[in-house]
Amino acid sequence: MTTAIELPHAKRTLANGLDVLVHEDRRVPIVAVNLWYHVGSKNEHSGRTGFAHLFEHLMFEGSQHYDGGYFAPLQQAGALLNGSTNTDRTNYWEVVPTSALDLALWMESDRMGYLLPALTPERFETQRGVVLNERRQNYENRPYGMALMALSEALFPPEHPYHWLTIGAVDDLRAMEFEDVRAFFRTYYHPANASLALAGDIDTERAFALAEQYFGDIPPADKPQPVAASASVPREIRLVLEDRVELPRVYIAWHSPAMFAEGDAEADLLADLLANGKTSRLYRTLVYDKRLALDVSAYQHSREIGSFFLLASTAAPGQSLSEIAAIIDERIQTLAEEGPTDAEMERGLAQAEAHFMYRLQTVGGFGGKSDQLNAYNVFRGDPDFFAGDLERYRRATPLTVRNAVRMYLAFDRRVLLSIVPRGQAALALPGSEPVTVS
Amino acid sequence: MAVDRSRLPALAADPQFTFPQIVRHELANGLKIRTVEHQGVPVVTLVMQIDGGLGADPPECEGLASLTADMVDEGTGSLSAIDVSDALARIGGEYDVEVGADVTMFTLTTLARFADRGARLLSDMLTSPSMRDTDFERVRKLRLDRLRQLKDLPPAVAERAFLELLYPSHPYGHLAIGGDASLRALTLDDAVRFHASTFLPWRATLVVAGAMPHDELLAVARNAFGKWTGEERLLNVPSAAAHVTADANASACLAIVPRDGAAQSELRIGHLSARRDTPDYAPLVVMNAILGGQFVSRINLKLREEKAFTYGARTGFDWRRGLGPFSVQTSVHTAATAESIADTLQEIAGLRGPRPATPQEMSLAQASLTRGYPRNFETAGQVARSVAQLALFGLPDTYFAEFVPKVNAVTADDVTRVAQNYLDPSRAIALVVGDRKVTEESLVQLGLGELHVLPPG
Repeated sequence: MTTAIELPHAKRTLANGLDVLVHEDRRVPIVAVNLWYHVGSKNEHSGRTGFAHLFEHLMFEGSQHYDGGYFAPLQQAGALLNGSTNTDRTNYWEVVPTSALDLALWMESDRMGYLLPALTPERFETQRGVVLNERRQNYENRPYGMALMALSEALFPPEHPYHWLTIGAVDDLRAMEFEDVRAFFRTYYHPANASLALAGDIDTERAFALAEQYFGDIPPADKPQPVAASASVPREIRLVLEDRVELPRVYIAWHSPAMFAEGDAEADLLADLLANGKTSRLYRTLVYDKRLALDVSAYQHSREIGSFFLLASTAAPGQSLSEIAAIIDERIQTLAEEGPTDAEMERGLAQAEAHFMYRLQTVGGFGGKSDQLNAYNVFRGDPDFFAGDLERYRRATPLTVRNAVRMYLAFDRRVLLSIVPRGQAALALPGSEPVTVS
Repeated sequence: MAVDRSRLPALAADPQFTFPQIVRHELANGLKIRTVEHQGVPVVTLVMQIDGGLGADPPECEGLASLTADMVDEGTGSLSAIDVSDALARIGGEYDVEVGADVTMFTLTTLARFADRGARLLSDMLTSPSMRDTDFERVRKLRLDRLRQLKDLPPAVAERAFLELLYPSHPYGHLAIGGDASLRALTLDDAVRFHASTFLPWRATLVVAGAMPHDELLAVARNAFGKWTGEERLLNVPSAAAHVTADANASACLAIVPRDGAAQSELRIGHLSARRDTPDYAPLVVMNAILGGQFVSRINLKLREEKAFTYGARTGFDWRRGLGPFSVQTSVHTAATAESIADTLQEIAGLRGPRPATPQEMSLAQASLTRGYPRNFETAGQVARSVAQLALFGLPDTYFAEFVPKVNAVTADDVTRVAQNYLDPSRAIALVVGDRKVTEESLVQLGLGELHVLPPG
């Protein structure tokens, strides 16, 4: 017997435009509060990058009616809380004992409605410093940490909002002015640009009533215009970046279908069957049989206005990136000609089914049920899409996966980036142009 | 009804929560089993916890426990390493190995309808791994290469050097992966013998948690592991590292692993402090929450929110059966290296007397530890791992229910007392992985003695 894999919920939209989604799961006396604002680094502009994320930090520093750090009262109530920013959205969440639901809603609504009076230049300065350290820790001081930056700059033209990473450029972060905060808040942080999900030990009607009570009187503003941009790589681009690493690594990136677009699920399946796990074609050849590489991975980076498919492999000591890249191409070519086997498709589907089930285990936090409801609601306007999302994987066939390889993994429309130890540019793929990122 | 924004809303009464009931069983072969019903999503998690972690590595054989554990998914019976990986994928299995100081934990999560299949597969893998020479050589090579890569990763470099400073001549004093020389010297025979003397039913506890009744969970375990015998003769049974005396009074030390041009300094500050079976566990947990165990704690507020030196700073106990360390972990802007160390030591010293925990800090620490406690029991995996912890440290099945009252009973005086007894800035090891040229001058002025320069990675 198979259990249905579904995520039941109810949705209402308040008069001010705030979407409210409720899911009941009464097993543990906790409630997840999850609030998405449809704004990310893709809403930024060249020269002003990193703003959306820095702003997220400010949201924890206090609001008009609670003029102090947000962690203390919520942790005192037993809450776990965090927030994050990516290219497409910013999310804030608390997982609270049922006793603290009012507190979490009060605080989330206060910073949605009344943030600006509490913001001071001093708080802004401190968080700018914290973010510069976050950047040093996660990018500058980490091996291969600058790869995504170099790839994004090569895949997307300077005016495209995916050209820069969410963390932003150092110069931009240093040049930001406190005054920019106000306009940003007014444009993006209001009910009509937000989606609230409540999941856990709560009655649906009570949840809607609480949402109305705390958020109902916050005035909306205009819904921001969707960001539109397109990008393509018309040829093969080869780049090399020297870094503080022991072993060279090659990254291969292609533009791929946007999140939920036709071909997106196939690209995800393709990532697994090509390079994830010992059974995958490239792991088996490069790491297991030939021992040319230490690792190989692939990932479909699904995003709102355009995705990219990224393969990466680190050379074993003394092995060459050229040989690795040649084998990768050979395997892709075979897959483009023959498509995946039935056994590979069965395995991929079994994994997808299980992972959708595992995604139903937690109500809150990053990737919990409340976060998923908001993702479907914000990116598709359809919080009911959980089952439909899985259906995309069930519908994939050897033919559709083969077609995805042919359409998206073309050799003459991609970026190849070699990251090599400092002073050893010769280890890069032949014909690579030096690139600098900072 | 308009919201009253003149004050934060009051909290309702703490909700009641019933902790999962643990049922104990023991098979004829000596395997201890714990079953826990966890209703909801039809998922089952199995945790096999075997006595013998990195602390069981014989001298000169650092990395053996971990390398042996790695061989478990490299083939069994007629299945090759690839076949095992395929079999796991076909049940949507999530398989994970964690080599701790005292035990090694193998975790498999799968859908409830595959529980039997998953358990049998796990049993085959654990009890009769193929241990083929070609697989061993490949795995060892990957680990040597991985070791080389870790030299570029400041947190890994720091962990390794810090352990060596904490435990200069103790079986806990190395990373699970071991070192270059020891890995090169290991042979397949070493792994075969380690497996034979360690992977024995009477040295193991299996926790099965999931959406099935106890008797079915037990049947899953029994069907899969009932025939596990293990070698009759005991060869070189690893001694328990927990019983080896560690020198808690090793003196203070200031050390750096140079990393020219580093954007940040990775820091570890601390010393050996407590065993998990200390009667002061609850006061120590509260003390840690106040000092650096959560966002709103003295050290994080100082280094991040007041000075913007870092993205975050944390303190914690690395609980072991034997004596384990208390330490601060952070990564700070290079220019702020010395000041961050001084501030950290000052915060530790402050809590020992001059600036005792305030009533607000006590209430915040206790409430955050206790009110949020039930959320740790949301998934079968969380439950299984928590129950495995009880087995690891010999804690009673009533432990979860007793945790909250014990934490709430801690007083500010208790916190001062344990800070005095378990923390001591005068014997703290302060380790920097960072730019020596830029930091050395200010580091030596800290008054922590001379700067010991350690080899890279």
